[in-house]
Amino acid sequence: MYTYSDFDAAFVAERNRQFRQQVERRIDGSLTEDEFKPFRLMNGLYLQLHAYMLRVAIPYGTLRSEQMEMLAHLAETYDKGYGHFTTRQNIQYNWPELGDIPNMLDDLAKVEMHAIQTSGNTIRNVTADHFAGAAADEVADPRPVAEMIRQWSTDHPEFQALPRKFKIAVTGAQADRAVIRAHDIGLRLHEQNGELGAEVIVGGGLGRTPMIGKTIAEWVSLEDLPAYLESVVSVWNLLGRRDNKYKSRIKITVHEHGIDDIRARVADRYELVRPAYNGAHMDLFHQIAAQFGSPAFRNVPTDAYGAAYKADPVFRSWADTNLSAHKVDGYAIVQISLKAHGETPGDASAEQMRAMARIARDYGHDELRISHEQNVVLPHVHTSDLPAVHDILKAHGLATANIGLISDIIACPGMDYCALATARSIPIAQEIATRFDELKLEHEIGELKIKISGCINACGHHHVGHIGILGLDRAGVENYQVTLGGDHTETLALGDRTGPGFSAEEIVPAMERIVDTYLAHRDGPEETFLQAYRRLGMDPFKTALYGEQPSKRTKAA
Amino acid sequence: MPRPFTPKVVTANALMSGEVVYLSADDQWTPRLTEAEVLTDEAHAQLRLVEASARQSEIVGVYLADMAPTDTGPEPVHFREEFRRTGPSNYAHGKQVDL
Ligand code: SF4
Repeated sequence: MYTYSDFDAAFVAERNRQFRQQVERRIDGSLTEDEFKPFRLMNGLYLQLHAYMLRVAIPYGTLRSEQMEMLAHLAETYDKGYGHFTTRQNIQYNWPELGDIPNMLDDLAKVEMHAIQTSGNTIRNVTADHFAGAAADEVADPRPVAEMIRQWSTDHPEFQALPRKFKIAVTGAQADRAVIRAHDIGLRLHEQNGELGAEVIVGGGLGRTPMIGKTIAEWVSLEDLPAYLESVVSVWNLLGRRDNKYKSRIKITVHEHGIDDIRARVADRYELVRPAYNGAHMDLFHQIAAQFGSPAFRNVPTDAYGAAYKADPVFRSWADTNLSAHKVDGYAIVQISLKAHGETPGDASAEQMRAMARIARDYGHDELRISHEQNVVLPHVHTSDLPAVHDILKAHGLATANIGLISDIIACPGMDYCALATARSIPIAQEIATRFDELKLEHEIGELKIKISGCINACGHHHVGHIGILGLDRAGVENYQVTLGGDHTETLALGDRTGPGFSAEEIVPAMERIVDTYLAHRDGPEETFLQAYRRLGMDPFKTALYGEQPSKRTKAA
Repeated sequence: MPRPFTPKVVTANALMSGEVVYLSADDQWTPRLTEAEVLTDEAHAQLRLVEASARQSEIVGVYLADMAPTDTGPEPVHFREEFRRTGPSNYAHGKQVDL
């Protein structure tokens, strides 16, 4: 895994020293809030509904156990004992006090972490496939490229005052687990004539005007990639609409000018930019890549796994649901669900963070990942260790077997914390998960992703949920709009609105009617909700939601 | 006819702790909405907002919030202010602990 160079360490220390002084000057009155606000945002400090919020970047979602332990330490020392993992592979602390922030940042720097560019109109934390370096379908590990982009974009003098925020995601696998077509730039690493490069996708994004990213270049070699990315951002930096914040993202620029026009402008710009990259960047890239080597995988018998799988139905259910194929025989990728039924999606207590760190150290080659789906991943666990891992997870309330199921809900903080929210999302997620747990239906329902946002900004990715829920304020009452048929994978699709929204009381019954309709109409258990929706279309669901005909369960109740 | 003025309170977050606070009639910042000064006159409300905004070393993000006056004190008109005065609904981590 990447460790800071002297340059990185000095840069973060200097920024922290500057910010400490800025905080002091705010507190002693030499800075007004208007003067201070740009500084605090540059360092990830927001003012939310009930308190300040510190957003810490987890670059490409990768953590070592000592880093996870530091996140636990922060939660315990400066917050109320927990942290919230977000859809952008960040962690948010909801209750820090202003005077503590400089100490929190210094603590983070001890384990090579920071909160720089987690806010403001800059290039934000670069996200990546959470199975990076482990997935069986991987062509190349996206993390060295993501780290190169992190270094290039951090404090980049040209890109500190962009028209709006800018988000980049990278995958190196066939399956897209990083939602790359919903980012300002999405990169898909692949080979051409044996050489590694990237497909470059621009202008994707969710929010008020959701757009699916378009391919601007089928393949750019790794060597040319930084200059190419710089050209894309710099074309948008000039063209992007600064007059209207709803039209400022690159998706609107691409939409208004057309992808061909943008491609031509990028090509022109590239001619100017490319000569400045004289090869030193490739030396750096190779140094970075060398730090992302595979761990020393063990080749030992897997009997313990088979025995536990046979003997213990709880373990079996968890293994069937929460494990994914690893590139190395005998290994598995473990997803730890942060979606225990009725709990807040994405939250982990300090004690849980420590437990996960310990498992990673003892059984997981010291590696952890945070997924955009707000779960934690142990990318490399030998299957013979899985029974022991499962036991520890169970003891800490972390063994919920629901990855990919209806209770594995993405939910943004919504109006319980977020100052921009129009409605709450967390209680809706809690109620849906609790209800389907009571019904004991979720394994029968199979793969079904619900994603909830508390406002049009779509941090909860509702557009790409199989079922999406958007919380709105309708005349002073929380109201929830439902979309169906979204898809967050390589076949990215935006969901269709069912019709009028539902009140907070109506939304769980509405989910039940949708699920009942699916179960009644599917071709069999192998036809997933999304497949069934694509075959059936909206009509039966609409009838179930709004028609006169009450569903079977409602009748029976 | 001008629309009737919705009564307001001055609210903000405390500079150091970030906690939601309200301006009382005797110029104190109080964490309790019940102790807030209810402003029923528009011009007076604007004046109180300007005065409060000058207290930069105490608070951040000051604004006027709509309220309905009741016998037991101001009641939020909008659910957002209801959450601000109580705390989040998923944990008893906000004001609901002490109030
Ligand atoms: S979607 Fe809206 S409510 Fe949810 S976290 Fe984003 S800005 Fe806040």
